[in-house]
Amino acid sequence: MSTTVKEIQIGDVGAQAASHANNERMSLNVGPSHPTTHGVLRLLMELDGDLITRCEPVLGYLHRGDEKIAENMTYNQFVPYTDRLDYLAPLANNVAYAITVEKLAGLNLPERCEAIRVLVCEMARISSHLLGMGVFGMDAGAWTPFMYTFTEREKLYTLFEELTGARFTTSYTRIGGVARDLPDGWLPKVEKFVDELPKAIDEVEKLLTRNRIFLDRTEGIGTISKDDAIAYGLTGPNLRASGVDLDLRKDKPYSGYEKYEFDVPIGTKGDCYDRYLVRIEEVRQSILIVKQVIASMPSGLWYAEDAKKIFAPPKEKVMTNMEELIQNFMIVTEGPQVPSGEIYFEAENPKGALGFYLVSKGGGVPYRLKIRAPSFCNLSILEKLVPGHMLSDITVILGSLDFVMGECDR
Amino acid sequence: MIDDDFVNALLHERDFLSIKHREDCLTLNCSPDSLVDFCKHLRDEQTFDLLMDLTAVDHGEEAKDRFSVVLHFYSLVHKSYIRIHVLCPDSQSPSIPSVSSVFPAANWHERETFDMFGIEFSEHPNLKRILMWDDYPYFPLRKEFPLAGIEVPLPAADVAEVTGADVDPAPMMGGPFVASGNSRMSEAEPRAKDESWTEESEKPL
Repeated sequence: MSTTVKEIQIGDVGAQAASHANNERMSLNVGPSHPTTHGVLRLLMELDGDLITRCEPVLGYLHRGDEKIAENMTYNQFVPYTDRLDYLAPLANNVAYAITVEKLAGLNLPERCEAIRVLVCEMARISSHLLGMGVFGMDAGAWTPFMYTFTEREKLYTLFEELTGARFTTSYTRIGGVARDLPDGWLPKVEKFVDELPKAIDEVEKLLTRNRIFLDRTEGIGTISKDDAIAYGLTGPNLRASGVDLDLRKDKPYSGYEKYEFDVPIGTKGDCYDRYLVRIEEVRQSILIVKQVIASMPSGLWYAEDAKKIFAPPKEKVMTNMEELIQNFMIVTEGPQVPSGEIYFEAENPKGALGFYLVSKGGGVPYRLKIRAPSFCNLSILEKLVPGHMLSDITVILGSLDFVMGECDR
Repeated sequence: MIDDDFVNALLHERDFLSIKHREDCLTLNCSPDSLVDFCKHLRDEQTFDLLMDLTAVDHGEEAKDRFSVVLHFYSLVHKSYIRIHVLCPDSQSPSIPSVSSVFPAANWHERETFDMFGIEFSEHPNLKRILMWDDYPYFPLRKEFPLAGIEVPLPAADVAEVTGADVDPAPMMGGPFVASGNSRMSEAEPRAKDESWTEESEKPL
């Protein structure tokens, strides 16, 4: 059998593609349900080949109307809703919200309460950053570090469960205090955890920090200049990675943060790699804070005892004393009594500055509660940041910004 | 430092400003016409270069000036906040100038405020809804809007176009996954698993 050879013309494929380069754009929709988007963020993008020329984030898929809900319930009833803002660090949200209302009410809290709050805030920061780093590694193609960080995070959640009764939806604070005192034998467990944590962080660092592939994917990608970071209102690790020294724990200390010594890591270039490095170092600093809090944990009450119209009295007294029964009844039915006025308070949360703007006309229900969500502000830079990057950089950029849609959409 | 001298210098020859006494931070009233220029001044001359928050408050339908827009700035130098209140002049169709040309951070905040309160920000580059969908007809954070919400058709124009079918919103009551309340709970509960057939009585085709 004879073989026939047929010649076919392919032509210069590269030249063909190049001739289309200027006039062919593809629009691509990513999300709202896509592993890259860490929740329900949707990105509408315009691509020129692999290059992104335009990016429009679409939000609102997790909008639950938290601010409207807040206007219709008493201050304490809203605490569980704050769990669901940044659901990776619910304890920090609880604390930020409680401090806002207490500041308006002019409450002074006992030292033990403040120390407990600092302790849980830093534990929440560790847990949030552990997840953030692990997922960021995963976004860049490194699966293993996620397993290490998730194991550690699991230990934290066991501790949270022992403290608050819930692993995720902690609802630990009340206006004027916290829900319950630390359980017996809990602090040594926390101490044991933070003693062992640096070893796990070192292991993650060995896997990621000098990893050639990880470096190639993150260095020089998603660079946010100092000016841009400020102009777009970025906060938290994303702002500090761009070289801006703003940490509200240092600059506007609350809940007794001024008593503890810690450093604030600052990035130099503001790229994805810097954001990773800043988070790693923040975990190490949080460990230091936790150790200091445990070493100096004051004794005393965990709620403001003299706030008779704000913090409900202990249950055993409610059951036996008339006075306390009335107090409890008034606080549960009417809500904690807060004077009229307005207040804006921001706490340095793992994701950035979580702000609450509270307008009160007196009584137990807020007139208006605005939640300033750090993830919302951090994402607003996407429109400017993403164009000019390759499509494959999207995963890394989104991973490095470490946002939570529950907080962004509220 | 934010002290009396700072405040006096800030108020000097600016009659569009007035001071409000608040304990947590310096609070100023500003007239809407001078807002953009004053924001520029705050950013460039006074180092208040972080726009932390922009929102609005609805003072109720019967209030004389119904809406006020509230801005919070932070200064990295002074390490303190400043709050600015802007009363919207018209309660029926409230509108103030947009500051997003000065602070890009304001872009999304203003979109959200428009979305929730219906306050127009003139000269905003892209003033459309951000949390609710584009065709949503109400402004949910206004005081007259009910907490339970108002049922509206869902935005599925694209689906309807392809399938030719009307898309009804999921019912708030009496749907397939909501117990009706008239019958016994055990009957009304949705069942994922169909247990009405066994080896003896085969599954109906």
